[in-house]
Amino acid sequence: MKLLVPIKWVVDYQLRVRVREDGSGVDASGLKMSMNPFDEIALEEAVRLRESGIARELVVVSCGTAASQETLRTALAMGADRAVLIETDVLLQPLAVAKLLKTLAQRELPQLVIMGKQAIDDDANQTAQMLAAMLGWPQATFASKLQVTGTTAIVSREIDGGLETLELSLPAVVSADLRLNTPRYASLPNVMKARRAPIECLPAAGLGVDLQPRLTTVRVSAPQPRPAGVRVDSVEALAARLREALGMGGEA
Amino acid sequence: MNVLVIAEHDNVVLNPQTASVLGAALQLAEQADVLVIGYQCEAVAEAAARLQGVARVRKADAPHYAHFLAENLAMVVAQMAGSYSHVLLPATAFGKNLGPRVAAMLDVAQVSDIIEILAADTFVHPIYAGNVLETVRCSEPVKLVTVRSSAFAMVPACDAVAPILALAPGPDMGVSRFIGNELPHSTRPDLAAAKVVVAGGRGLGSHEAYHRLLDPLADCLGAALGATRAAVDANYAPNDYQVGQTGKVVAPEIYIAAGISGAIQHVAGMRDSKLIVAINKDPEAPIFEVADLGLVGDLHEILPQLTAALCR
Ligand SMILES: Cc1cc2nc3c(=O)[nH]c(=O)nc-3n(C[C@H](O)[C@H](O)[C@H](O)COP(=O)(O)OP(=O)(O)OC[C@H]3O[C@@H](n4cnc5c(N)ncnc54)[C@H](O)[C@@H]3O)c2cc1C
Ligand SMILES: Nc1ncnc2c1ncn2[C@@H]1O[C@H](COP(=O)(O)O)[C@@H](O)[C@H]1O
Repeated sequence: MKLLVPIKWVVDYQLRVRVREDGSGVDASGLKMSMNPFDEIALEEAVRLRESGIARELVVVSCGTAASQETLRTALAMGADRAVLIETDVLLQPLAVAKLLKTLAQRELPQLVIMGKQAIDDDANQTAQMLAAMLGWPQATFASKLQVTGTTAIVSREIDGGLETLELSLPAVVSADLRLNTPRYASLPNVMKARRAPIECLPAAGLGVDLQPRLTTVRVSAPQPRPAGVRVDSVEALAARLREALGMGGEA
Repeated sequence: MNVLVIAEHDNVVLNPQTASVLGAALQLAEQADVLVIGYQCEAVAEAAARLQGVARVRKADAPHYAHFLAENLAMVVAQMAGSYSHVLLPATAFGKNLGPRVAAMLDVAQVSDIIEILAADTFVHPIYAGNVLETVRCSEPVKLVTVRSSAFAMVPACDAVAPILALAPGPDMGVSRFIGNELPHSTRPDLAAAKVVVAGGRGLGSHEAYHRLLDPLADCLGAALGATRAAVDANYAPNDYQVGQTGKVVAPEIYIAAGISGAIQHVAGMRDSKLIVAINKDPEAPIFEVADLGLVGDLHEILPQLTAALCR
């Protein structure tokens, strides 16, 4: 079976972006970019399915500017067989990404799309569900365990209050949560090899997809800073302040 | 304005977060409809009908809705959405799973996780783990929105009872099947709704210490337990205790963070708490930047003393 893993190139999770003075957007210039952490997890899961022989081919795709090729090279170094860049300078929103991914899915006909549950920049948590709807495929979001048999995928999902297990008919879309696995590091020889690997570039403009953002950013701002707190120097002092806050009175 | 709220429930009890989503809906219109999709969920529909500001409850009741499979639920919502200006869902695992599927079927964008409504088409929501607040305008014919329930007051129940209208169920898509779930029963309040949260991080050191040190404090304060990703990964606590960018977002009256460093991904889930208390042995830990009350020291000593002082 063939697997497709969409990957977003985002500001590294350890860094903080700044809000532009005029509130028109965020300033990410000069900040280190990385593979979206959830996509790393999705990719690791796909590489394992590939290594175990359940999958025959693993294709990765990123939608964005030419610079996103770098994250595709990381993916190739981690074990992907083939990489596709759907190239555009338009600032993509999840609906447009899902439409682009749909065109690629219709060309590649994967049995399973594994992707991140959320991009850590827009925090949208939308694209996987949208792609599944557009393809008319079943979905399992927030996966913490994935088991692929011949024609189905059995997925444990993290839901509020615990876990749920679903069986999906393939083809299907699965979105990865944090506890699905721990991604590997690419080895140096593989990183070197991936530098020279070919990447297929598809101009997004040629795919007949409406890319225009549907949501307009009016402004961005930093959240109100919390007022500076105080340090207490003893458990008794802390307990007294907590009693006050709890309305427990001065003496318990 | 014609607003539809999608109810979250377990076929028996209406999830209280639905009342918060209704709170958001009533900022857009004087009344809203509530859609209940489930199986043998009459009691849920009745509870929804008693909430203040509900014009009508619409109910789709069929066996293939018993487990809330997104493929089946999205068909119902998408079919009805066209007659509404707004469709609101809670930004919970349930709403996050369902909302975007409906949005794609309608070919509209979704606005995720709103915390403020500035106008009928203008919403504020956090991005970048809550480090940035974005105000967006949505000009879609149907505004599909997930609502962060901790940011909106719940509407109360009232004496008036709204009519319940049954809908003809949609098709069973038959592409996914519910196999089972593990929902450990807890006697503690729900994390998302608790007034007090006692949360532990990697600093607790073990599953045994997490419970030995935090359970008695949570018991005496009537608090919910929370955890960091690191604590969950180390099996100190189950996954649904995770607070943060990718876990639950909470805003209790009091949040006690013990042995938590204060990574941005964790802070994203608790920074709107009224009073944040941090206990950490590292005086430089970033958690102290958001804490109202900080105590530097070893939690193995502090927590038992604090529990004794508060819970005599
Ligand atoms: C994509 C992504 C999403 C994430 N989402 C989340 C999320 O939703 N929620 C979340 O929590 N994290 C999340 N994380 C992880 C996050 O980045 C941090 O790694 C995590 O929050 C750290 O947990 P911690 O504070 O328990 O552990 P640490 O950072 O290891 O901190 C432990 C703290 O305990 C203190 N300590 C140790 N011993 C003692 C003692 N005896 N007494 C007192 N203090 C002590 C230490 O000084 C330290 O500050 C995410 C990460 C990524 C990449
Ligand atoms: N520009 C993109 N290119 C490739 N995949 C993407 C892109 N944007 C989002 N995705 C995928 O969709 C997932 C969810 O993103 P989001 O809906 O934006 O939170 C990500 O984890 C990626 O797997």
